[in-house]
Amino acid sequence: MALETDTMTKDPILKVDHLSMRFGGLMAINDLSFEAYRGDITALIGPNGAGKTTVFNCITGFYKPTMGMITMRQKAGKEYLLERMSDFEVNRDAKVARTFQNIRLFSGLTVLENLLVAQHNKLMLASGYTVLGLLGFPAYKKAAAQSIEQAKYWLEKANLTDRADDPAGDLPYGAQRRLEIARAMCTGPEFLCLDEPAAGLNPRESLVLNELLRSIRKDTGTSILLIEHDMSVVMEISDHVVVLEYGQKISDGNPEHVKHDPKVIAAYLGVEDDEVEEVIEQIEEIAVAAPGDTPK
Amino acid sequence: MANITNTPESAGSNLMARALREAFYAGLVALGLFVLFVGLKTDQNILNELILVQRWGLLAIFVVIAAVGRFLSVAYIRPFLARQKVTNAVTGLLPDSVATRFFRVPIVVVAAVIAILLIFAGNAIAAALPAVLVPWVTMIRALAIIYVLAFGFFYFRVYIAAHFNTLAIIALIFYPPVMVYFFGYQGSLKYVDNFGIQILIYVMLAWGLNIVVGLAGLLDLGYVAFYAVGAYSYALLSSYFGLSFWVLLPMAGIFAALWGIILGFPVLRLKGDYLAIVTLAFGEIIRLVLINWTAVTKGTFGISGIAKASVFGIWSFDVSATNNFAKVFGLPMSSAYYKIFLFYLILALCLLTAFVTIRLRRMPIGRAWEALREDEIACRSLGINTVTTKLTAFATGAMFGGFAGSFFAVRQGFVSPESFVFLESAIILAIVVLGGMGSLVGIAVAATVMIGGTELLREMTILKQIFGPDFTPELYRMLIFGLAMIIVMVWKPRGFVGTREPTAFLRERKSVSGSFTKEGHG
Repeated sequence: MALETDTMTKDPILKVDHLSMRFGGLMAINDLSFEAYRGDITALIGPNGAGKTTVFNCITGFYKPTMGMITMRQKAGKEYLLERMSDFEVNRDAKVARTFQNIRLFSGLTVLENLLVAQHNKLMLASGYTVLGLLGFPAYKKAAAQSIEQAKYWLEKANLTDRADDPAGDLPYGAQRRLEIARAMCTGPEFLCLDEPAAGLNPRESLVLNELLRSIRKDTGTSILLIEHDMSVVMEISDHVVVLEYGQKISDGNPEHVKHDPKVIAAYLGVEDDEVEEVIEQIEEIAVAAPGDTPK
Repeated sequence: MANITNTPESAGSNLMARALREAFYAGLVALGLFVLFVGLKTDQNILNELILVQRWGLLAIFVVIAAVGRFLSVAYIRPFLARQKVTNAVTGLLPDSVATRFFRVPIVVVAAVIAILLIFAGNAIAAALPAVLVPWVTMIRALAIIYVLAFGFFYFRVYIAAHFNTLAIIALIFYPPVMVYFFGYQGSLKYVDNFGIQILIYVMLAWGLNIVVGLAGLLDLGYVAFYAVGAYSYALLSSYFGLSFWVLLPMAGIFAALWGIILGFPVLRLKGDYLAIVTLAFGEIIRLVLINWTAVTKGTFGISGIAKASVFGIWSFDVSATNNFAKVFGLPMSSAYYKIFLFYLILALCLLTAFVTIRLRRMPIGRAWEALREDEIACRSLGINTVTTKLTAFATGAMFGGFAGSFFAVRQGFVSPESFVFLESAIILAIVVLGGMGSLVGIAVAATVMIGGTELLREMTILKQIFGPDFTPELYRMLIFGLAMIIVMVWKPRGFVGTREPTAFLRERKSVSGSFTKEGHG
């Protein structure tokens, strides 16, 4: 019951309504609805092929969903319908930043330059769309100095200051992950989407990453949505977990709730054919006993 | 075991035997390759009959060159390089040891004496010698001068490396007066026009294309189209409306930039090979329009009698004009003044291109271009509008092509579609790739080597001595161009300057190795 009141007071930053995405005959996402709350770290989990990355690509404008609505509500109250915007507008206007499952850094640019590219739109405006900057107006110089300060701040946070002048492609894997997150944060987002940020990290690097994500939330108030397979990360840092299987939501709630949801256990571990009945019964029992336990 | 028991002598004789054997095979391969290319030639006789001309002498020269080259390479050059590696490792003089041995003071003194002697007394000596030996005298003089200059560069290499840009600009500014001093007004024409202006035009074109290909990573095979747009803009607007060069220069740039955007729109979605094909087609379309729209462009006849540029309208270079440059200053009439003026004009245009490119790289748009080359999807995830970014790259590159085009028209006084064939695009692209994509210095060096080298071939009368009087070296320039490209690509796959200079730094500026930068996907 405590969860119920929790959701009441919470202010949704992202609302996904009846989202469906069809690739030819394949229904990658089927009528998915969930909410992410402001200031929360929301995790999107599910077995391989459940459609998590597809949801991400729909949210960040890289895919146009077949059906459904995705609403982003900024702190100031302005609302954006993300499914109608193209990928770069989702970042520029709606302030939703993302990272990628397979890291996409500008490997030939230095670490610092990566962070400066992320501040493109701000600098573009300050340079009068290049014209004033080309003529050497002081406004651009000031903005450029500011952008370097901003980059320094994130370098410090991601613990990359020593490598600032090295090419991004030269960094070890864990540092590349942190750089990608820092780069996304340099765009000044209100909502940060991370696609498997802990993939390929060793336990120590995972801990560092957890710290980074927590401090991002604490210091900037940015809400985070992450896809993750590493349950230690999910259970450790997320406030709210959404579980997908075959493009549908099978569970939604806090980590404790999701961990003990028989549907989730069945999805992850699988069940023998003869146990199917039993599991369904169990699920129904729970639903009858505590209808308020699953929010919405 | 066999290796251990080998004495040095037997190793030496083995080497000789191997060298001879490989030389024999190389000769055989050359014979097989060239017997039909060089040994036999179809020709027409006086009765218009097809006859077969046999050129066994020339074939023999090719075979001998291949065999001797292989022999020298196996017997002397490779062991020398192997020894060199050992010496380098022992002395620790890794990159410099060959050079320090090559540039020794006694040799320089000898070379300097020969050079000075031949500069001042060369003509007298040549007059005394039989005509056959004259080109050899010129060649020895040239080699001696080049050696002395190279020694100078080597001796001051640290200083030169530190101040390369300033020194290069000063050298270019003093280039025409020095040439005039040495060769007189008429004699300097060759060096100022054929070498100076010609090379600088290609430097400017390659720097313009560098923005599209080197920075933004968009492979453009039709760049010459913008050159044509610029040239025809000037040619048509000056002959139909009598507008002056200084009005039309910016207009040519704007027109070319517009065409850059027009090309940009349809190719926005294309990548790599597809982009290359469409840009190639675009280049051909512009050329075909120029050929076929005879009412305006006069087709293949071209437009001749294009007005000359003036010094900002103050002094003219028209012979009949009252404010003619030579008349105003009371100088003897010569076409050299105009060429020298054009040299400074193209130099200024080149410096403008370099200045803008360097400035743009440090601006958000320049960084976005390079980011686009590295990863387009990541760019979009950071809120960068890749459509406008690509279009500005096309437009900016095209604008410099347009400037260069209007300069070309003013210099030639004549434009025809034949100047804007695909080969030109290929040469400009080759210069960009050879120089190292994105590097202004590397591209300038590549343009000097490639364009200057092919121009130099025209001067090599010595080759006629070797290959016979029918040999016209300039016909082989494309062959040598190709050869040079292969050598550079084997030796330095990323071009002369393969590293990338970062546009911003926190503590120290470290060059980014070429192995991290990407070529772009279109």
